[in-house]
This record gives sequence, C-alpha cells and structure tokens, in this order.
Amino acid sequence: MSKKRYPRFFGFLALFSMLLLSGCDYTLLDPKGHIGMQERDLIITATLLMLLVVVPVIFMTIIFAWKYRASNKSATYTPDWAHSTKIELVVWLVPLAIIIVLGYITYKSTHALDPYRPLESDVKPLTIEVVALDWKWLFIYPEQGIATVNKIVFPAHTPINFRITSDSVMNSFFIPALGGQIYAMAGMQTKLHLIANENGEFDGISANYSGAGFTGMKFKATATDQAGFDAWVAEVKNSPKQLANDEYTALAKPSERNPVELYSSVTPNLFQIIIDKYEGMKPGKIVHEKKEVAGMEGMDMGKNSAAQAEE
Amino acid sequence: MFGKLSLDAIPFHEPIVMITIAMIAIGGAAVLGLITYFKKWTYLWTEWLTSVDHKKIGVMYIIIAMVMLLRGFADAIMMRSQLALATEGSPGYLPPEHYDQIFTAHGVIMIIFMAMPFFTGLMNIVLPLQIGARDVAFPFLNSLSLYLLISGVVLVNVSLGVGEFARTGWVAYPPLSELGYSPGVGVDYYIWALQLSGLGTTLTGVNFLVTVLKMRTPGMKLMDMPIFTWTCTWANVLIVASFPILTGTLAFLTLDRYLDFHIFTNELGGNPMMYVNLFWAWGHPEVYILILPAFGVFSEVISTFTGKRLFGHHSMIYASGAISVLGFMVWLHHFFTMGSGASVNAFFGLATMLISIPTGVKLFNWLFTIYQGRLRFTAPVCWTLGFMITFSIGGMTGVLLAIPGADFVLHNSLFVIAHFHNVIIGGAVFGYIAGFAFWFPKAFGFKLNEKWGKAAFWFWISGFYVAFMPLYALGFMGMTRRLNTTDNPDWTPYLHVAFWGAALILIGIACQLIQIYVSIRDREQNRDLTGDPWNGHTLEWSTSSPPPFYNFAELPKAEEIDAFYAAKRDGEAYKVPAKYSDIHMPNNTATGLVMGALLTVFGFAMIWHIFWLAAASLIGTIVYFVIHASRDDQGYMVPAAEVARIEGEQHKILASVRNAQANSPVNKLEQA
Amino acid sequence: MSNLVFDGAKGHDHDHDHAHDHHDAGEMKIYGFWIYLMTDCILFASIFAIYAVLVNNVAGGPSGHDIFELPYVLGETACLLLSSITYGFAMLAMHKGNKSGVLGWLFVTFLFGLGFIGMEVNEFHLLISEGYGPNRSGFLSAFFTLVGTHGLHVTSGLIWMAILMYQVSKNGLTSTNQTRLSMLSLFWHFLDVVWICVFTVVYLMGTI
Repeated sequence: MSKKRYPRFFGFLALFSMLLLSGCDYTLLDPKGHIGMQERDLIITATLLMLLVVVPVIFMTIIFAWKYRASNKSATYTPDWAHSTKIELVVWLVPLAIIIVLGYITYKSTHALDPYRPLESDVKPLTIEVVALDWKWLFIYPEQGIATVNKIVFPAHTPINFRITSDSVMNSFFIPALGGQIYAMAGMQTKLHLIANENGEFDGISANYSGAGFTGMKFKATATDQAGFDAWVAEVKNSPKQLANDEYTALAKPSERNPVELYSSVTPNLFQIIIDKYEGMKPGKIVHEKKEVAGMEGMDMGKNSAAQAEE
Repeated sequence: MFGKLSLDAIPFHEPIVMITIAMIAIGGAAVLGLITYFKKWTYLWTEWLTSVDHKKIGVMYIIIAMVMLLRGFADAIMMRSQLALATEGSPGYLPPEHYDQIFTAHGVIMIIFMAMPFFTGLMNIVLPLQIGARDVAFPFLNSLSLYLLISGVVLVNVSLGVGEFARTGWVAYPPLSELGYSPGVGVDYYIWALQLSGLGTTLTGVNFLVTVLKMRTPGMKLMDMPIFTWTCTWANVLIVASFPILTGTLAFLTLDRYLDFHIFTNELGGNPMMYVNLFWAWGHPEVYILILPAFGVFSEVISTFTGKRLFGHHSMIYASGAISVLGFMVWLHHFFTMGSGASVNAFFGLATMLISIPTGVKLFNWLFTIYQGRLRFTAPVCWTLGFMITFSIGGMTGVLLAIPGADFVLHNSLFVIAHFHNVIIGGAVFGYIAGFAFWFPKAFGFKLNEKWGKAAFWFWISGFYVAFMPLYALGFMGMTRRLNTTDNPDWTPYLHVAFWGAALILIGIACQLIQIYVSIRDREQNRDLTGDPWNGHTLEWSTSSPPPFYNFAELPKAEEIDAFYAAKRDGEAYKVPAKYSDIHMPNNTATGLVMGALLTVFGFAMIWHIFWLAAASLIGTIVYFVIHASRDDQGYMVPAAEVARIEGEQHKILASVRNAQANSPVNKLEQA
Repeated sequence: MSNLVFDGAKGHDHDHDHAHDHHDAGEMKIYGFWIYLMTDCILFASIFAIYAVLVNNVAGGPSGHDIFELPYVLGETACLLLSSITYGFAMLAMHKGNKSGVLGWLFVTFLFGLGFIGMEVNEFHLLISEGYGPNRSGFLSAFFTLVGTHGLHVTSGLIWMAILMYQVSKNGLTSTNQTRLSMLSLFWHFLDVVWICVFTVVYLMGTI
C-alpha cells in the first residue's frame, strides 16, 4: 500500500532533475533580452508562490492517506466529523491571500510587459515591419528601404519596434530567446517591442498553427554590434533582388521552408498596402451614395482569400 | 447528384488509413456477425437501442466513450511516435497532411467524443438514482441526445475513410478554417459532427436540470443532494449557458463556407477575432463541464471509502458554483497574445486566478475527509489520490499561464499542452475511470477485478508523468505545438521519453480491457448481491444491483445529507412497504434512433454538398418527430403485483445474505 | 456490512408515485421549455454580438442607413406584435375550453405571422437583387444572419402552429395539446421580444 507514494515522487524528481541537469538549454529560463528576462522572473516568482500551497497539499495527501489507512486501527476515527469553521476560514482565506499577492504582481506585470508598450531607452529604436505569409516571414525595414525573407539582423541593446500583420491566416510572431509573442492578423497591425541584451543568433517561429507549411515557418534573428548591423544593411542593399509589386505577389503564393532572401529595395509603403487590402476589416467610411462603391484599386475582391493566387 | 462525393474521396493512396479502415470493417463485421450468430438482434433492439431507461442509455454512452478513447489514443500514439522519429531533419513516417488531421481529430475526439459521453453516461446512470427519482424528466429526449452523439461519432469516424478531417487544430480558427484556406470537406466534417452532438448535449443539459429541480424524492432539499448530483447540476447549468454559443459560432462558420457570408473571413469586412472570442466563450466553460462531474466522483469515492461524511458538504456546493460562475468570465486567457491590451488582459488574468481558490477549497475538503477516516485503498481511491496530486500540479501550471506576462512566452507551446493534459487526464479522465469502477457494480451487478484495476492505475499515472513532464520542459525550450517534425537536437531526448510515457499509458489501457474481460469471466464470484458493495452513503446504493427498471418501488425518504447513510444509521434501510402501488413508466421508442440516423445522413449530405439528400433527410427527421409527437405516447402502468414480485425477489436475496453473515464463523462487521 | 434491519410493515402512503400524472408532466414540459428558450436567448445573444462587431464593416458597400426603410419595418413589426396579441386571445379561449375560438384565433395569428415572413422575404429578395446580399460585406452578413435566424425561428413556429391547429381540430383540447399550445405561446412571445431587440438595435439604431 505504501508503494503508492513512490512513482509520484519519481515524477517530481524527474521534472526537477531535468530542469537542474540541463538548465542552460531552457531558452525561456535563459533569455537574451530584457523583456524575456522579466517574463522569466515572473514565471519563477509565480511558481514559488504557488508551491507554497501545492507542496503542502501533496504532502498532506500522502501523509493523510497513509496515516488514516483502514488497517491503521490506532488512528483516530471520527466518521461524523464533517465541518469546521476554522478550517473553512483557513482554506478560503490563505489561498485568497496568495492570489491577492499574485494578482497584484499580475496587474503590474501585465501593464509593464504589454507588447504595445515602447521600451524606455536612450537608444533610437529600429522599426521592423513583419508580414506573415504562407509559410514564411517577410521583414521590411522601412527606414532602410530593404526587405528580407526569414532573416532579421539588428543591433543589440537597441529597442526594436516590430509592426506586424499577415497577408494570410493568423500566425504568431515569436522569438523565444528575446521575449513574448503576438498574433499576426490580416487587415490589422499588432505591435511588439523587444530588445536583445547581447549578440547572438536566435530562433524565430510562428506560434500559431497556420496550415500545411507551419512546421517550416521559421526564421533567424541575429543581434550584432552597430558596425555589424550597418555592414549587413549594406550587403542587403547590394542584393540583385528587389521586392516590387509582382515580385511580392509571387512571394505571397503558398510555399514551404523558404530559403533566406534579401531584397535591396521594396515597394514604398508595402506594409500599409498589405494591411489595406483587407479594408473591409476597418469600420468603413459610410458611403451614402448607393451607386458609389469605393474603388478597389485592382484588388482581388473574389470569394476566396489571397492565399489562392489571384492571377 | 452526389455533390462533391466521388470515389476519389477514399484515400486509396494512404496505406495507414486503408489498413485502419480494413481493421474497422473486419472488426465491425465480426461484431455484427456475432450478434447475428447468437440471435441477439431482437434483444439488442428492445432492451437497448429503443430503450428510454436512463440506466441503459448511460451504459451506451460509456461504451461509446471507451471505444472513442481507443481511437483518440491511437491518434496520440501516432503523434508521439511521429515526433519521436521525426527529429533533427528526419521526416518521420506520417505525411504532414495526415499528421495535421490526426492532431485535430485527437483533440476533437478526446474532448467531445470521449470525455463528454463518459461524464454524460455516469450522470445518466447515477443521478436519477441519487435523487430518488424513477427516470429523468424527458426520457425520449434522453434517447435522442444519445443518438445525436452517435451521429457525431459516426461522422468523425467516416471522415477517416471518406474524405478527410479538418487540418486546423481542434479549435478550427478562421481564416484557416474558411473555404479559401480549407477548401476540402475536413472542416465540414468537423462542423457537422460538433453541431449534431452539441445539440444532443444541450438537450441533456435541459433534461437533467429539470430532473434535478422537479423530480427529487419528496423531502430532499437542494442543499441535501449528493455532491456528484450537485457537480453535474453545475455542469448542466454551464452546458445550457455555453453550448448555444458553440451552436451559433459553428453556424456562422457554416454560413461563411456554404453561402459566402463574411462573418469571419479576412476580406470584405469579416472579423476572425470574433470567432476566437466566441469559440472560447464556449470552450472555457466546456472544460469546466468536463471537470466538475469528476470532482463530484471524487467526493463520493473519498467519503464512501473513508467511511466518513464528506467534509464541508455545503462549501463544496458553493465552491463548485463559484468555479462555474467564474468559468464564464475567463475565456480571454486562451488568447492573451491576440493583442487586447493590458487592462483587458489583466482583468481576465485575475479572474482566472480566482478560480484556484474554490478549487483549492475542494482539495482541502477532500483532504479533511481523509483526515481521521478509515481509508480503504480500492482502485477508485487510487485514482482519487493520484488525481489529488496530479491535479495540484496541473492547476499550478494553469495559474502560471493565467499571468499574461508569463503566457506571452508560453502561449501555444508544449507547456500549454502539458498543462491541459495534466488537468484533463489527472482530473477528468482519472475521475471518470474512478466513477466507472465505483458504479460498475451498481450498473451490472458484479464488481470489477481489483488487481487489474490497480495495475491500470499504476501504468496510467506513471505513463502520464513520463509522457507529459518532458513536455513542460520542451515548452521551456521554446518548442511550439502542432509541429509535425522538429530539428532542434536538444529536444530529441525529451521527445523520446514522452513516447515511452505514451507506451506506458497504452499498457494501462490494455490492463483496463483485460480487467473488463476478467471481471465478466469471474462475475459469479464477484456478485454484488445487496446492491451496497462499498457501504455507500447515497440513495443509489439502496437499490439492487442492477436496480429494477423502475428504480424505486416506493420513492425513498430523504430528509438530510447522505440519505442512505442516515437510513442505515436509523435502522430504516431495506424496509418492506405495507403495499405496493402501480408504477407509471414510459414506453420504449425507436424515434430517437431514427431521427439520429436521418440527421447523420443530413450531416453527411451537407458535408458533401448533396443538397437534395440533405433537404430530404432533414424534412424526414422533422416529419418522423411530428408523427412520434402526434402519437402522444403516455407510457404504461406496471401493475403493483409485478412490482411486488420483483421486490420480493430482491428481499429474498437480502435475507439470505443476512443469514449467511449471521451464521458465518468469523463475523466481521465494519463500522458504518 | 452495516446493520440491515427489516422493520416489516411501516407502510408509507406516498401518493407521489404519481409524480408523472398528466398535470405534473405538462408543467414539467413547460418548465423544460423555458430552459430551452433561455438557450435560444443565448444563441440570439451571440448573433447580436457579431452584429455589434460587424455593423460598421461595410467594405465600401451600403450601411444600414442606406438600405433600411423604417415604414416598411413598422409594418412588419405591426404584423408580429398583432400576432402575439391574437395568440393571447387563443390562449384565453383555450383556458375557457373553447376549441373553435382557439382554432380561429390561431388562424389569425398564423396569417399575421405569414405576413411578417412574407414581408421579410421580400425585403431580403430586394436587397439581394440589388447586389446587397450577405456576401457583399461583414455588415450585411451579420444583418442577414440576425434577421434571418429570427425569421427561421418564426417560420418554424408557423409550421408548429399549423401542425397544432390540425391536432386540436382532430383531437380537441386534450391536456397534451394544451401543454403544447402553452409551449408554442412561450415560443411565439419570446420571438416577439427578440424582434423588439432586432428592431431597435438593427433598424432604429442603424437609421439614426
């Protein structure tokens, strides 16, 4: 009958030992960016607070079950004892207290870590526009006039202002080593503010299933020093490829595991153009003339979405 | 003529699927053949398929749940093995478009076609007995609900061989689930399977709410009802309040896909975020619907096997109510990362955390029931203790995910997968298996084999930890969900370990199947003669095992909590009444089956755009129902003499058991 | 095994064995029907929710202001409200046991309901023929869904009403028929209340 206790301990031990043995491999617990570090601290704090309740509960389960097993006739037996106001007060109020503490932490951290919140820094931020396509990531550097597929480079210690949309289904833009994610949705712009605290190459993924090529929808995010970043921008500007309108249309067609592409120039305002394709999403200007249906600018108004090639 | 349907719909080019279909066909033919050989069709028809008896309907629900557990678990083993093999660039053995259907089907099957029917089945068998009623409020509707579930089950299983299933994940977010991105029939199978079975569930919710509010035995106040009945009641409140949202949401997606509406599309003014909100406004209450009855099972099991009153009966009821109400106010925590802004995120995060308080109260109440009790380590108790520890961990990771800042790095990762399996397996599945073992004697008249039951428990719980603890780690390592291959070498060992965990659970399931076989084989040695094999507290234990079809010859007296415990204490149990009365019972009917069959055809026809057939089957369903209603069947009377005869037989058995005990050389009487 | 005491004849005289007698069964059905109506209410709530979200998503097409004609809608509303009143008269007749009164007032109700549906179908037809069908924009999708779902419910009610009229004429005002008439009454008035919300949220607020 005592056998019952051990496998659960093994389970716990397994978890802890795995965590201890290879701590450095745990991306989320060893983040390379300030936002990610705050998120990690939040996880650890919250876990410890909750263990205050969970560990006693687990121990009590094991101890009570053992001590009050039926064969232990020497233990007190009170078959009709079923109520105690004191215990009720403790079991309602102690968890409530912990939740109040946790709630306060939640409230403050939710505001501090709001993805829309610009980072406080003396360094001028870099803006990168992100477009989720099937099944690759397009990145546009509006200030530099360049674009890439599945690769970004940026200076470390510099706030990056990501502006994110999709020209397809919902995806989620996520660089685990640097911090949290946000959804990429068509017709809308979401924002994410991250910063890298050190140089390095980080994995980037989509964290929301978007169809057949989802597994291969990965990119690399590299943080370098300022000189390295400038050199990389110069290299991209020398690329023979250019992201004009028809090149973009071809790019937007479904494809999987795209190799990195570098574009030395990109259609001006491409990011906003892509968002505006889905203009119906925006609460529209009310048209009072029934005959006058706003011009669609050569846009595909067909039944099916942009995923099906419109040529 | 046949819409989009053609022979191309059968996946001849996929050997795995074709072999599965062949096995199902052979297995199905074998079952049908055996029934024919043993000439059981008439028995099956009159005693089971057309029955409106809640006890029979409940058994059928559970059989379906167990069969679908096998299908859903097959999906799980395929996923775990694929991920264990497809590491570091290897493609594995499952084509990606197949894998993407498997994880979608796994979620849909386990939640909608395994867990829901399992809880519905237990509720069906037990609840009317616990409140001292003869049946549910609307027996015909109960049968219809069962057949609506079966419609959904048939459609989901047909999708394997005819066409495809959805490749969207079990949540089927648009625009991915819209026609443009999912032009095949997969999402349509999803829609109609959920729509039909969801309708059945809604009707069940209505049925059991009226039953509890209107059909309790005289004297039983609401606050006196057993805890399992109470948690089921809260679940039914959640059902009637949340399932209509699912009905609407699926209908909107249907309009988009079939009639070119723009409710959730990207273009022309649709809003996919609305789907996400509506889906989870149903989806979160859904998971509380799954867990609350399991909590109720644990309450019954612990109080029975400690030989003690349940600690904090009233606070259990309030805690379950708090969980239910709060459960409606937290849905946004499933998409903190969709960008609602800090104030909205903070509100929903805080609301989610509050739920841990009443849940903790329940855990403490169970602990203090064990405290100073006499705990007998039966299989249901093993499942309960395993639950208490496992669910605590799962609940903790849930509160962690409720913090938006933490969720931003954990959303959609394997950490989330580990969390919800932690609470669903450790909570709901353990609870339903415990309930199955606990009430099996009541339903069938003999106990389950304890040894195999405990073996199943050990394999399940160790398998669970070995399978899912690595997934928590993988979440911390940045692995997201719904990947069909991986290429990070750090992840590979964890994926391998997880596979072996699934293998352990497979052995656990095998133990359960063996247990059923052995128990049936040994049923004469394990007969439950008195109807009270565990020294229970509630009214279902006052009937024979199985109960007579009318449940109670005389509606029982219930004036306090644990009515049967009180009756035994006061020496009032098993009294023979002075006289018996006629009992009014409902007639069997095939209408539920016919309507379910026609609606299955309707669903299939809609999926394949065979619109003439869809119209015909829908009209046929309505016409058949109108004919049934116009017959205005009032049931029949069971003569008092017949009741007396049946009761007399059971009293003879009880008397002989008592004599055997009194004359036995070692007279052990356990305390009540 | 606990003490089993066979206390012999302490006969109980429960009359509640007939808890299923016809009167109680009817009352239970109406109670259950109320709960079903509440689920229907939540269904409509979710449709109102999408309407509220999509009302301004006109995608360059017409808005409510452009396509709603309030006098016409007033006519529809009159049909439906009057039909509720006439159903009320039918129920009064039922309580008096007046079978022909019930059938007569139900028939009038049916005509009013049919008029409502006819006007609604006509409105939809006109919109679609002008190119303002549900596939034109999110707003129009939501409009057609909300008003259309209500219309489908009314149509179902009309079919139910016709069947009940037939049953009453054939079998008279049996307790089963009375229960069903009561349930349809609840359904009909419920749809009237929903229409008031539709009328207000969609047509009135859309025209201001």
